[in-house]
Amino acid sequence: MLLTACGGGNTQPVTANNSASNPAQGLTINGAGATFPYPIYSKWFSEYNKLHPDVRINYQSIGSGGGIQQIINQTVFFGATDGPMNDEQLKSASGPILHFPTVLGAVVPVYNIPGVTEELKFTGAVLADIYLGKIKKWNDPAVAKLNPGTELPATDITVVHRSDGSGTTYIFVDYLSKVSPQFKSEAGVGTSVKWPAGVGGKGNEGVSGLVTQTPGSIGYVELIYALQNKIPYGAVQNAAGEFVKASVDSVTKAAAAAATTMPPDFRVSITNAQGPGAYPISSFTWLLMYADPKDKASARAMVDFVKWALTDGQKYAADLGYAPLPANVVMLEQAALEQIKAS
Amino acid sequence: MRSTDLGFRIGIGVFAAALLLIVVAIGITLAKDSWLSLQRFGFDFWRTSDWDPVAGEFGALPFIWGTLYSSVLALAIATPVALGIAVFISELCPPMLRAPLIFLTELLAAIPSIVYGLWGIFVLVPAVRAVETGLPEGLRALPLFSGPPFGVGMLAAALILAVMVVPFTSAVAREVLKTVPMTQREAAYALGATRFEAIRAAMFYARTGILGAVMLGFGRALGETMAVTMVIGNNPQVSLSLFAPQYTMAAVIANEFTEAANALYLSALIEIGLVLFIITLLVNVMSRGLIWSMARKLPSKVAA
Repeated sequence: MLLTACGGGNTQPVTANNSASNPAQGLTINGAGATFPYPIYSKWFSEYNKLHPDVRINYQSIGSGGGIQQIINQTVFFGATDGPMNDEQLKSASGPILHFPTVLGAVVPVYNIPGVTEELKFTGAVLADIYLGKIKKWNDPAVAKLNPGTELPATDITVVHRSDGSGTTYIFVDYLSKVSPQFKSEAGVGTSVKWPAGVGGKGNEGVSGLVTQTPGSIGYVELIYALQNKIPYGAVQNAAGEFVKASVDSVTKAAAAAATTMPPDFRVSITNAQGPGAYPISSFTWLLMYADPKDKASARAMVDFVKWALTDGQKYAADLGYAPLPANVVMLEQAALEQIKAS
Repeated sequence: MRSTDLGFRIGIGVFAAALLLIVVAIGITLAKDSWLSLQRFGFDFWRTSDWDPVAGEFGALPFIWGTLYSSVLALAIATPVALGIAVFISELCPPMLRAPLIFLTELLAAIPSIVYGLWGIFVLVPAVRAVETGLPEGLRALPLFSGPPFGVGMLAAALILAVMVVPFTSAVAREVLKTVPMTQREAAYALGATRFEAIRAAMFYARTGILGAVMLGFGRALGETMAVTMVIGNNPQVSLSLFAPQYTMAAVIANEFTEAANALYLSALIEIGLVLFIITLLVNVMSRGLIWSMARKLPSKVAA
C-alpha cells in the first residue's frame, strides 16, 4: 500500500527544467488528488492540450487525501480535493496554498424498498436518524409523514455507506452534521467516519451494488454515478423547506446561494445551502496550488489553464453530470488567480 | 573447482541474506512510520475497539478479530475439501482425469482476487442472504447466527476465502502425498488394510507436510484483501455472529489509506500493517514449531 500511495508522486516531479532546455517537447505539469472530478478533469486536460499542444497536464486520481499529502510534500505541482484543506494541513505546507473551485457535484440518497416505485422524499433529520440507526423500519412515522401517498412496508432498513475514504462521504456527513447535532457528535465530518450503523461498500459501485441487491436498503452515491447508471434517487428537503431532486440546475442554485457569502479563500461548505431551489447535499471540488510556486513556467501555464477551465471549460461540465460554477464565483476566482506569483 | 564452489556459496548466501534483510527492513519501516501511533496508543492499540478517524481515536481489536476469525473459519471450511481433492487426485483418480483436475484446481489460484470479489457480490452474497433469511427462528437466537441477514458479512467472507485457499492447500498436500513411499502403502495392504486404511496410513505418514499445506492456506487467508473487503461488510466490530458485517486488517488499509490525510491517522493505518506483519510472523513461527515437533516424533526415519 505504501508503494501505491507514493507512486503517483514519484512518477517525475514537475519537469519544467527539461522543457526549458528543450522547448519543442513542451511542458508537462503533474497533479494528483480527488477521484470524483476525474472525468471532467481528464476531459479538460485533453481539450486544453488540443488548443495548446505544448502543455500536457498529467492527473493521477488517487483520492483527496493523497492529493493533499502530495501538494504538501511538493511531489506534484497541483492537488485536487473534494473537501477543503483544514488549517492544520495548510500550516504543514511549505507556503500558502490556494483553493480554486472548479465544478460542483452532489450526493444523492438511493434506496431499494420492495413494492415502492414512487420517488421518496427525505429531510436531513430523517436521513441522519436513519444513518444513526434510530429509524429502523421503512414504515417509521417520520418517513411515512414525508411520503403520504406511498405504501411503506415494515421492512428493516439496511444502512449502506462507503467503506473507503471518500470525498462523497465527506459531502454527505458534512450535510448530516449540519442538520443533526447528534450525528455531528457521534460521527462527525471526514472522508472516513465511525459509522453508528450499517454495512460498508467499497466505492460508488460497491454501495450501489449492495443497495440494488438488498431489499430495504438505503445508500448514498454521487449524482453523476446515479445518472450514468440510471439509478433512481430520492428528493431531499432544503433549508428553504422545499423538496428538491439533485440536478445540474439545483446544484448550481446551491452554489449561487452560497456565492454571496463566499470567503476569500474559497474554503466553503455549501451543504444545506439557503435559497430557493438549492439542492442541499451539494459541494464544490477544488484545485490546490501554491501561491508562490518555484516552477514559474508551470505556474504560468497552470494559471492560463484554470482561466480557461473557469470560462470555456465550464461548457463540458453539464454533459458529464457536474454543475458549472455560477458566474459570480468565476469572477471571484479570476481575481484570486492574480495572487499566484507566476513570474 | 574450489574457487567456483566458494563463489557459488557466497552468491547463494547473498540471496539468502537479502531475503532476511528485506523482512527486517519491512519491519523497521513499518515501526518507524507508525511511531506516532505507537507512542500515542501503546499497547491499547491492540485491545481497544474504537476506530474513529474524525476524533483521532484508533484501536485495532475489531480488525485483528475479523482477520483471525475469517481466516480460521475459511480454514475450517477449506481444509477438508482441499485434502479431499488432494487425496482423490493422488490416490484414487483415474489417470486420464488427473491432469484436467490438477489444471482446474490450479486455475482457481490464478483468478485475480477482484474477480472473486465481484463474483462474491453478485453470486455468493445473494445466495448467503437467501440462506440467512431461510434459517429457522430457533437457530437465529444463537449468538453464532444473531443479527439481521445482510448477506454481506463474516459468512460470505469466510466462504470466499475458503474457495481462494483450496487450490493452495490442495496443491501442496498433493505434492506431499506424492512423496509418501509406495512401500508404506504396500505394507498397509500387506497387513490386510482396506483402501481407506491405506490412505489413512499414507496421510499419517505425510502429516507434517499436510500441516504445512494447511498453514500455507492460513497465511494466504490472513493477507487476502480485495475479495474480502468486497463482501465482509466493513464494519469494525468484534462479534461471534457469522451474519455480522465485520472488518479485516488488510481491508481497512486498502479502504482508508488513500484518504488518510493527517499524520496520526496515516500512522495508525501503518501500525495496522505492523500488527498484521507481526501476527503473520507469529503464525508462521508457530506452524514451523508445530511441524518441527511433529517431525521429531516421526517414528520412521527410513524414508527421509
